Amino acid sequence: MNLTLKVWRQSGPTDPGHFETYEATDVKDEMSFLEMLDLVNENLIADGHEPITFDSDCREGICGTCGLMINGQAHGPQKGTTTCQLHMRKFHDGETVTIEPWRAAAFPVLKDLMVDRSAFDAIIQSGGFITADTGGPRDANEILIPKIAVDSAMDAAACIGCGACVAACPNGAAQLFTSAKLAHLNLLPQGQAERWKRTEDMVETMEMFFGSCTNYGECQEACPKEIPIDFIAMMNRDFLKSKLKNRKLQGQR
Amino acid sequence: MALTGIMLMGFVLFHMIGNLKMYLGAEDFNHYAEFLRQLLVPIIPPTGVLWILRLGLIGAFALHIQSAYALTRINHKARPVNYKSPRDYVAVNWAARTMRWSGIIVGLFLLWHLADLTWGWANPAFVDGNPYANVVTSLSRAPIAALYILANLALGFHLYHGAWSIFQSLGSMSARFNPRHNPLRRGFAAGFAILVAGVNITFPIAVLTGVVG
Repeated sequence: MNLTLKVWRQSGPTDPGHFETYEATDVKDEMSFLEMLDLVNENLIADGHEPITFDSDCREGICGTCGLMINGQAHGPQKGTTTCQLHMRKFHDGETVTIEPWRAAAFPVLKDLMVDRSAFDAIIQSGGFITADTGGPRDANEILIPKIAVDSAMDAAACIGCGACVAACPNGAAQLFTSAKLAHLNLLPQGQAERWKRTEDMVETMEMFFGSCTNYGECQEACPKEIPIDFIAMMNRDFLKSKLKNRKLQGQR
Repeated sequence: MALTGIMLMGFVLFHMIGNLKMYLGAEDFNHYAEFLRQLLVPIIPPTGVLWILRLGLIGAFALHIQSAYALTRINHKARPVNYKSPRDYVAVNWAARTMRWSGIIVGLFLLWHLADLTWGWANPAFVDGNPYANVVTSLSRAPIAALYILANLALGFHLYHGAWSIFQSLGSMSARFNPRHNPLRRGFAAGFAILVAGVNITFPIAVLTGVVG
């Protein structure tokens, strides 16, 4: 398979950047999207050009490091799939594929297709933790948790923090990420102690960096872990409850 | 956005229901208009309650517009450099994407609507105290009737996204946490939009076809 790639090249954070066209030849169906880029880069290096910079780590869809805007969709055309798990069989011979970095004020482009996502770290730092007991380990099943709560918490915890929700959102909002990080602690007994403080702090930190939700629903379509916007509804409700009764200061449940 | 939206939804619903009096004839319609002015008289002077309701509405409109403006500003700042290649949206529907435009159209129409039927500037044959006659003379003009239909279509699309968004913004009845209630959210939004905009659109048509007038 031969493809024409339109790739965003930007030498540094201050460079305005531009699209560069490359021919990707001999692309195999079973290659992942990143392997295809590796192939292009090897040819670029052999020709003495600067390779395309992009983020990647585990390449098995669980780390959240990779993330590209492929043909106007975050992580490309396949639903529930990260860029590294997207295979070239989803594309056809002769196709032109446009590749852009995530674009948001909170995700400045560092180089080519690589962005700085430390705004997500700031949100996590503001409340994405629980108070754990010191001392001996507790029995695994000491705290009883309803299965339905565990399942919901686990679905939220599937978030890998790739930033596709922000990239896909027409508003550049991070509601899906923040709500997933909140829900996976707020739904469990271990997360109750800081529930209200966590909700307010993480939402307010999010608002410092990102846009705001207008319920387009584009994020849940882009999410490689298919996290639903129901968690955003839950976050909104918790935030409202906390603010209305000032539970953060009272430390109430 | 959601809280003022609920207040404005209440207004458009009762406005639509009140206007249905048009089908009962001039006497009923004018009597209803007078009734609104005489609410809770003699406890409160005439038009007193009406003005309280009007002030509430003006406040709700002002806050609704203010939150829309603030939200737009925040969201434009959140992506100062836009995507250079065309986006391929999956979930976004037309109603959601055009909220700002449908809102502006409804807002401008509202000013025209007040000038036409409340203040009477835009209606050459305006008679104070005879709203039925004013409605009929105004909507008998085909371009004006078309404007009313167009504005109500915009209102319908605005309500379709807004009425659904309320549940999401206030965090209630979402699919995962309320599986039984979830279909009601879309259904309510579609039903409310069709009810209000649909019935409103029948008024200009009824006047043009001579059913009313």
